[in-house]
Amino acid sequence: MPEKDKPMPATAAYSQATKSDIRMMVTLGSRSAPDSKSPPAACVCPVIRSNGFSLYYGTKAGVRDITMDIHPCTVTSIIGPSGCGKSTFLRSINRMNDLIPHVRTEGLLEVDGQNVYDKRTNLVNLRQQVGMVFQKPNPFPKSIFDNIAYGPRLQGIRRKEELHHIVEQSLKAAAIWDEVKDDLRKSALALSGGQQQRLCIARALATRPRVLLMDEPCSALDPIATGRIEDLIGQLQSTYTIVIVTHNMQQAARVSERAAFFCLGELIEYDRTEKIFSNPAKKQTEDYVTGRFG
Amino acid sequence: MLGPSADRRRPLALTPGEDLVGFIASYLGRAVLFLITATSVLAVLLILLFVILRSTPFLREFGVREFLTSRVWRPTADEPVFGALTLIVGSLYVSIAALLFAVPVGILAAVFLSDIVSWKIRNVAKPVVEILAAIPSVAYGFFAVLVLAPWMQRRFGFSTGTNALNASMILAVMALPTIISVAEDAISALGRELREASYSLGATRLETMVKVVIPAAHSGIIAAVVLGMMRAIGETMVVWMASGNATQIPHPWWDLSQSIRTMTATIAGEMGEAPEGMAHRSALFAVGVVLLLMTFVLNIVSEYFLSRAKKATGKS
Repeated sequence: MPEKDKPMPATAAYSQATKSDIRMMVTLGSRSAPDSKSPPAACVCPVIRSNGFSLYYGTKAGVRDITMDIHPCTVTSIIGPSGCGKSTFLRSINRMNDLIPHVRTEGLLEVDGQNVYDKRTNLVNLRQQVGMVFQKPNPFPKSIFDNIAYGPRLQGIRRKEELHHIVEQSLKAAAIWDEVKDDLRKSALALSGGQQQRLCIARALATRPRVLLMDEPCSALDPIATGRIEDLIGQLQSTYTIVIVTHNMQQAARVSERAAFFCLGELIEYDRTEKIFSNPAKKQTEDYVTGRFG
Repeated sequence: MLGPSADRRRPLALTPGEDLVGFIASYLGRAVLFLITATSVLAVLLILLFVILRSTPFLREFGVREFLTSRVWRPTADEPVFGALTLIVGSLYVSIAALLFAVPVGILAAVFLSDIVSWKIRNVAKPVVEILAAIPSVAYGFFAVLVLAPWMQRRFGFSTGTNALNASMILAVMALPTIISVAEDAISALGRELREASYSLGATRLETMVKVVIPAAHSGIIAAVVLGMMRAIGETMVVWMASGNATQIPHPWWDLSQSIRTMTATIAGEMGEAPEGMAHRSALFAVGVVLLLMTFVLNIVSEYFLSRAKKATGKS
C-alpha cells in the first residue's frame, strides 16, 4: 500500500481497491473509526426506533419484522442486494410509501418517540422533521433561491431577510454556496448533477429537519461528485441523524458509523460498520460484504 | 451450442452487384415513403395556395383594409359590402368565451385524473373523456338548438336561445377532451421525482400541485389550451346552429346573450348561394384565408409549447 502515507482523495484510493482490500480500507477510514465519535452535547437527539415493523405492497412483503434503533447524530448506512427492502424501509420513516397504493404496515416505527404510522400523524410535521434526499437529483425547475426557499415558505416564512439567511446557511451547510452565491436567480436545472444533488441536500436542510434520509444519493454521480457528497455527509453528521441507503459498500464503510445489512426484506445484521465489514456475526453478511454473493 | 453461422461471408455493402434485390427494395421503399409524405405536405400547400389565389381578385378590388375593418357584411345587396370584422370578432368571441369555461374545468380535470384518482380509474376515465371528441358536432348542435336554447330562454329570459353563450358553452364541451387529454399528458409526464421532492419537504397535495406540478407542466398546459382554441375556432356546425348567425358585435361587449356570427358558419352557410365568378364567392375565400392564417399561427404556437414541454420533461 504505497498510498498509505500520502493524503489522497478517498474516492481515488477506493476506486483502486479490490474486494479483498475492503477490510484494510475500513481500518484506514478515519470517519468510521469508533473512537473519533462522541455526539456533541448540543445535539438535540431524535431516535428512530423500529420494532417488528413490516410493510406490505398488497400481499407482497416489502420489509418484514424490522427491529432496529437508529442512534442520534450518527450516520447509519443500510446495505444489501437490490430489491432487499433498503429503500422501502428508508421511505417508511417519512411515509413516502404512502404515495403507493395498497400499502399496509404492521409493527411499530417511531421517530422521536412518536408512532409514525399513527392515524393522527401529521405528515407535514413529520416530513419537516425527517428530510429526504433522493437517488436522482430532483431540483424543481425554479431558481436556486426558490428551490431552497420552498420548504421555509411552506412553513410560512415570508420575510425576505429571513429567507435569504436560511438560503445562505443551507447552501453553506451543503458546501455549494461558493459555487452558486453569485447567481441565486439561475435555474437549478443549469447546475451539474453533483451540484444539483448538493442543492437537494441544501433544500432538505432548509426545512431544518432533525433526521436526514438519503436514498442512494450518489448513484447518479461521478466519483468526484460522490467524494464531495461523502465529505458533506461527514460534516453534517455532528448535527443530524443521517440514514443512508447505498449500493456501494466502500461508501458505507467510508461514511457510516453503524451499518445494517438487509436481505430479502429482512434485517440480517446491524452493528458498528467496522464490525460488519471486518468481523460480521452472520455468514450471509460476510458473503455479501466480501463479494461472494450479491 | 449455437455457434456463429457457418455461411460464407455475407456482403455488408448494399450494391447492385452484390445484392440486387436488397438494393432495389431499399430504394423502392424509400421512394414510396417519400412520395406518400410529400403528397400530404403538398396537399396542405396547395390548399393554402388555392384559397389565396381565389381570394386575391376580390381583395384587390375591395381592399384588404376595408375587408378587415368594415363592420358591414351585406353580400347580396345591390351594392354588396364585405366587411369581415364582425365575423372575425365573432369567431374570436365565442372561442375565447368557450376557453373561459373550458380551461379551468379542463385543468382541474387533468389534475384530478393525473394525481387524485387511482391509476385504475384514470385508465378508464381518460379514454371516456377522449371519446367525447368523437361525438359528431351536428349532434352537439342538435342538443344546443333543441335543449339548451329553449332552456336559456325560459330560465334567463333571453330574447333568443341561439346566442353567443349557447355556442360558447357547447364549444367549451367540445374543446374539453383536447384540453384534458393534452394537459393530463403533460402533468403526468412530470413523473414522481418532483412530486416526491415536494412532499418530502412537507408540502400538502394542494401545495405540490399549485407550486410545483402545474408550474413545471405549464408548457404542456399552454399547448393544451391553444389546441382547444384551435378546435373552437375551426368548429363550424355547432356555431352555425347555436350562435344565431347575426352579423353584429355584441354591445355591450360582455353581453353573451346576443347572437353573433363566425367566419366558419358564414363560409358554410353562404358558399351554396354565392355563384362562381361573383365577388361574394371570392370574399368567402378571403374569409377562409383569415381563418387559415389564424389556425396556422395557433398551430405554430402549440407546436412550440409542446416541444418545450417535451424538452422540459426529457431533461429532468
